[in-house]
Amino acid sequence: MARSKGRASVEINSSSMADIAFLLLIFFLMTTTIATDRGLMLQLPPKPDDIPQEDVKIPERNLFKIYLNSSDRLLVENEPMSNLSSLKPQIKEFVLNKGRNPELSDSPEEAIISFKTDRGTTYERYIEVLDVVTTAYNEMYAERAGVTPERFRKLDRKDPQDKALYDKARKNFPKNISFAEPTNIGG
Amino acid sequence: MSKFKKKTSTSQNIPTASLPDIIFMLLFFFMVTTVLRETNLLVRQRIPEATQLQKLEKKSLISYIYIGKPMETDKYGTEPRIQVNDVLVQPRDLLLFVTQEKDKLPEVQRDQLTMSMKVDEEAKMGIVTDVQLELRNASQRKIMYATTQEVEQAF
Repeated sequence: MARSKGRASVEINSSSMADIAFLLLIFFLMTTTIATDRGLMLQLPPKPDDIPQEDVKIPERNLFKIYLNSSDRLLVENEPMSNLSSLKPQIKEFVLNKGRNPELSDSPEEAIISFKTDRGTTYERYIEVLDVVTTAYNEMYAERAGVTPERFRKLDRKDPQDKALYDKARKNFPKNISFAEPTNIGG
Repeated sequence: MSKFKKKTSTSQNIPTASLPDIIFMLLFFFMVTTVLRETNLLVRQRIPEATQLQKLEKKSLISYIYIGKPMETDKYGTEPRIQVNDVLVQPRDLLLFVTQEKDKLPEVQRDQLTMSMKVDEEAKMGIVTDVQLELRNASQRKIMYATTQEVEQAF
């Protein structure tokens, strides 16, 4: 067997490859914005002109009033609330009352969360409270569908099985959040 | 003491041949995930956190409205402003913006357009409701408050 004696290196020197790759890597690291198309979905009410100007009387018991004032303080059902963590159980109790307690809602279908803010309320606080309301609803939906809240949130409505679960949870159980016109105190 | 004599036969070099491969792997990851920013932000953006996020699938069906304190405060003042497509606008201009955005889409998808509101957490609700009122006037009812994921708290 002929063996080359010199053993001259035949490899291409690739040490600069790492440098080139690093350069590109740093460029993409700097310019990257990982897609952040996530957030709280919301359906706005129709055009103000399109809403019929009738006075619909909603019984007081079916309204759950949340008011955020211009200094970000919370008023829930006419009582000040300092700790946001007690809001979620209250909403659940209100929605799932089903006519038992005369002060709370008749049925989940008629229950309305009325959310009012001031022009001076900070957006951060608004999102925080909206998130709690959404959490409460998502947990109730998850319970109806018999899945965990995390699973419920990730349900893919294009998948028929998931869609069935989603519809089961949402049937006769709308998420009624009413956004009242903001007051103008702390504009 | 010859017992402890160092063996000199082992090579002292760390092989770096796989380094380019590792770097390339990272490079490809970032190349795939990167989205070159299409608009130049004129307003400050610190997006609030929330837990109950939903993900939007189709990027083509999203338009963005940015609200926040202008970056160039000497030019535009310190009050939060609305930015769409590289320019600062007044709420009344949003009707036109929504129409333009809808025109870009095929007719069947026009009602599926979602407005993603990227609002700075320090902005006040006043400007947000002004924008929402304009969107309602433009019959653009699907909106999303863009937020980042917060670590879930045990309430």
